[in-house]
Amino acid sequence: MSREDVLVTTQWAEENLDTPGVVFAEVDEDTTAYDGGHIRGAVKLDWRNDLQDKVRRDFVDKAGFDALLSEKGIGNDDLVVLYGGNNNWFAAYAYWYFKLYGHENVKLLDGGRKKWELDGRELNSEDVKREATTYTAKEQDLSIRAFRDEIVPAIGASNFVDVRSPDEFSGKLLAPAHLPQEQSQVPGHIPGALNVPWAKVANEDGTFKTEEEIKELYADQGLDTAKPTIAYCRIGERSSIAWFALHELLGYEDVKNYDGSWTEYGSLVGVPVELGAAK
Amino acid sequence: MAADGCGAPAQTATPADLDTKGQVVLSGKVTGTDGPVGGAFVRLLDGGGDFTGEVVSSPEGDFRFYAAPGAWTVRALHRSGNGEASVTVDGPGVHELAISVA
Repeated sequence: MSREDVLVTTQWAEENLDTPGVVFAEVDEDTTAYDGGHIRGAVKLDWRNDLQDKVRRDFVDKAGFDALLSEKGIGNDDLVVLYGGNNNWFAAYAYWYFKLYGHENVKLLDGGRKKWELDGRELNSEDVKREATTYTAKEQDLSIRAFRDEIVPAIGASNFVDVRSPDEFSGKLLAPAHLPQEQSQVPGHIPGALNVPWAKVANEDGTFKTEEEIKELYADQGLDTAKPTIAYCRIGERSSIAWFALHELLGYEDVKNYDGSWTEYGSLVGVPVELGAAK
Repeated sequence: MAADGCGAPAQTATPADLDTKGQVVLSGKVTGTDGPVGGAFVRLLDGGGDFTGEVVSSPEGDFRFYAAPGAWTVRALHRSGNGEASVTVDGPGVHELAISVA
């Protein structure tokens, strides 16, 4: 797989706003940015309200995903270009989610909303309404999703890539530095995890570094490419950036995103936890 | 329902006498030639220059981070230009930074 198969540039995006069969979708947890101005014609996907189960801690089921995409006017054959704020965290999460439900033709806007804004490209606040479709998702592809019960047995056998900041990894902070530190689960990381903060794979404008740079980064941190890899963070969205880099950009085959991440693992009773900086 | 997300919240001004409840708060404003700059991407870098967090400045240019004692650099990116400021903090409280971009 090459970079062009999974990413589009902001330039490409601007030139293809009206291309039939290409649907732009902005994905965010806080959608006020979309409401204030978005890429022209882009539909809105609200991470919290559209993509999460309303009761259980899980994603919407297949029927829910079918209904959502149908209502948004996304067809099975459309090329979906995802982008969002927060350095594309939720867009990358949604990319993984689209892949989970078998939507093959999906790409990420390299640099997301940030790069688009830094480029000074146009934002538009007109309502977007696309004609409804009849979307049919596939069953979840669990080869890219890790669950709680496979984590402890994988310690030592798989690479764990912890993409949180070094201070979250070591246990000094419980959440990213822009959030108050009041979470109650224990701090630390999965024993033996590598600490490769998500931002290491990105340039400051939010675009991904080159494949060569990313490959070298993980190699330097000790990633054993002969082993499967599980990426995690606090809730699974920053680790989607790492999953994207490892699985989509570098083409490593056995890479899963653990969406339960530290909020789940760090709350389990009886599991091993390691403190301190990366070795 | 997932736990609260990791996304940065909307930024607001930080009163100088805010009770930080023992936390280290780094806050301030991004300004340009024509006053406050909203919509700048404000990045917190640790003492080694590594990325720690990012928020988008409020329409009045405000930003706020919850950090820990140590050396920090706050760097702002905006289509009009970039700028940064550094601070070393040794304890809790509000620590102010002013960043100009042009």
